[in-house]
Amino acid sequence: MNYIDQTVVMKKTNTRRLKNKLAKGMFFLSTLFGVVVLFILIVRIISQGIGWIDLDFLTGKLSTQVDRAGIMGAILGTLWLMVVVAPVTMIIGVSTAIYVELYVKNSKVKSIIQTNIANLAGVPSIVYGILGLTLFVRLLDFGNIVLAGGLTMSLLVLPIVVVASQEAIRAVPDHLSEASYGLGATKWQTIRRIILPAALPGILTGAILALSRAIGETAPLVVLGIPALLIPFPGGIFDTFTVLPMQIYYWTLDSSLVAEYANLAAATIVTLLVCLFVLNATAILIRNKFQKKY
Amino acid sequence: MKVSNKDVNVRALINQQSKSKQFFKAMEKLIPLVLKGLTAISILTTGLIIFTLLAETLEFFKQVPFLDFFTGTELKPLSQHPEFGILPLIIGTITSSFIAMIVAAPIGLMSAIFLSEYASDRLRKMLKPVLEVLAGIPTIVYGFFAFTFVTPLLKGMIPGLETTNILSPGIVMGIMIIPMIASLSEDAMHSVPQSMREGALALGATKLEVTLKVIIPAALSGIISSFVLAISRAIGETMIVTIASGSSKQLTFDITQSMQTMTAYIVEVTSGDAPAGSTIYYSLYAVALTLFAFTLLMNLFARYISRRFREEY
Repeated sequence: MNYIDQTVVMKKTNTRRLKNKLAKGMFFLSTLFGVVVLFILIVRIISQGIGWIDLDFLTGKLSTQVDRAGIMGAILGTLWLMVVVAPVTMIIGVSTAIYVELYVKNSKVKSIIQTNIANLAGVPSIVYGILGLTLFVRLLDFGNIVLAGGLTMSLLVLPIVVVASQEAIRAVPDHLSEASYGLGATKWQTIRRIILPAALPGILTGAILALSRAIGETAPLVVLGIPALLIPFPGGIFDTFTVLPMQIYYWTLDSSLVAEYANLAAATIVTLLVCLFVLNATAILIRNKFQKKY
Repeated sequence: MKVSNKDVNVRALINQQSKSKQFFKAMEKLIPLVLKGLTAISILTTGLIIFTLLAETLEFFKQVPFLDFFTGTELKPLSQHPEFGILPLIIGTITSSFIAMIVAAPIGLMSAIFLSEYASDRLRKMLKPVLEVLAGIPTIVYGFFAFTFVTPLLKGMIPGLETTNILSPGIVMGIMIIPMIASLSEDAMHSVPQSMREGALALGATKLEVTLKVIIPAALSGIISSFVLAISRAIGETMIVTIASGSSKQLTFDITQSMQTMTAYIVEVTSGDAPAGSTIYYSLYAVALTLFAFTLLMNLFARYISRRFREEY
């Protein structure tokens, strides 16, 4: 009568449950791996660099002497770079998002633009560097100035702003814009006064993330030939410049000659990470504080 | 307002109104044009990338035969009799990406499984930001980490490891793309409907069995496309390999040696100012075009997989 052997079933069930537990442990450890590596990376870099950061380092000029070297030039260069990247990507990125989401009616055209942006997002950053080198530095003959670097970076981070803005615009509920049309507003009035304000937190979050990507990128600037030499502090967007990542790059390369350069690189990394942290924290704050739920 | 002036005022108001209406009408027509022009910039960027790469590469192939470039095993751009074979660079690129995937694919996928299937909401909310931070760290920092921490660490374990080698940047690149695989794969698994999970669980399957036999097959297209995107990212990665793998152009398969990737070659050539018009200068574009073609094909392939083989529920 008893077709099922309970002991066999119990045995099988137990091994299956054991396997499940073991697998769970393994999956958990894998996830922890990322956490542990991040922890090691940050502790290691801070412990190496923190002792070298003081006011003189942050405000000093670049120097070949290790204990006199400062990164003010790189900090200013990074700031000037942001002065170019922020408005350029915002204007182009948000316009593209508005056009694609609200004006393009032909679904084929829309999908071409979408595919194009997705592909641009996947182009290696160094290829943008080559585009910048050919177009801005050589063809338009800008030289290694902030404007050339900034425009190159703007093209690089453009897809991030476009995608974030598109999502933000899409998230604005239809009844808001329909109410606006119902009151007699034109399309542009509706966009300017209803849709954009409602989408602004999402757009700003995307823009800040794009900026933080731009100030951490190195490869395109290396290709543009941005130096890390003793150059005067940049005073505007038409000056030659260097940025924090370039400074890190050269000091890391030269650390095989002068070991202390690795410490300077670590100190510069800490500075860069603090900047990125502040930017990202701002983005999260904006997202949490102003994101409306409709 | 006086009653006798009412008529005049209304007329003025009407005039004013129609003027501003004209203004609005003009705006309504002008704005889409402006937006269209700005949207064209992104299309133009793609066009310019392809055009510049193609144009200069054609110049290059006037000086170096096509076959020599793609089948040449010698890359000596600076020697008396320069050779421009791209194979050492392609081997270097594939090797470093392969090492990266050996690290990133299992760890990323297992992290995704844990986050999607096993972790409680609270734990997931704690772990995801960590992965996001890991993804947001600039690559130059990873390069520094590879050069000053991972390489010395590996040297202790592997005697004969060179100061610049392909192994260390490969591993660090793997660490860099873990978050990418984890978050894209998790998205894919997350979108498998809850009812399928519950159906399998109700039949007595353990969570592991549900994951392996239901969730992963259902999310496979998303998982594979996340792998392909990660490989494409690794191929295009520049700073880590430039710093930690040096610039040896020898054709080798020894991962303890220095190998140059396509990206690192581009950096090397642009840093040492190659005069415009020289063969070295044009080789830059030929290598960049190859790199661009590689990553573009991978990205298109990833999109194709995730669309074509998506299981719809």
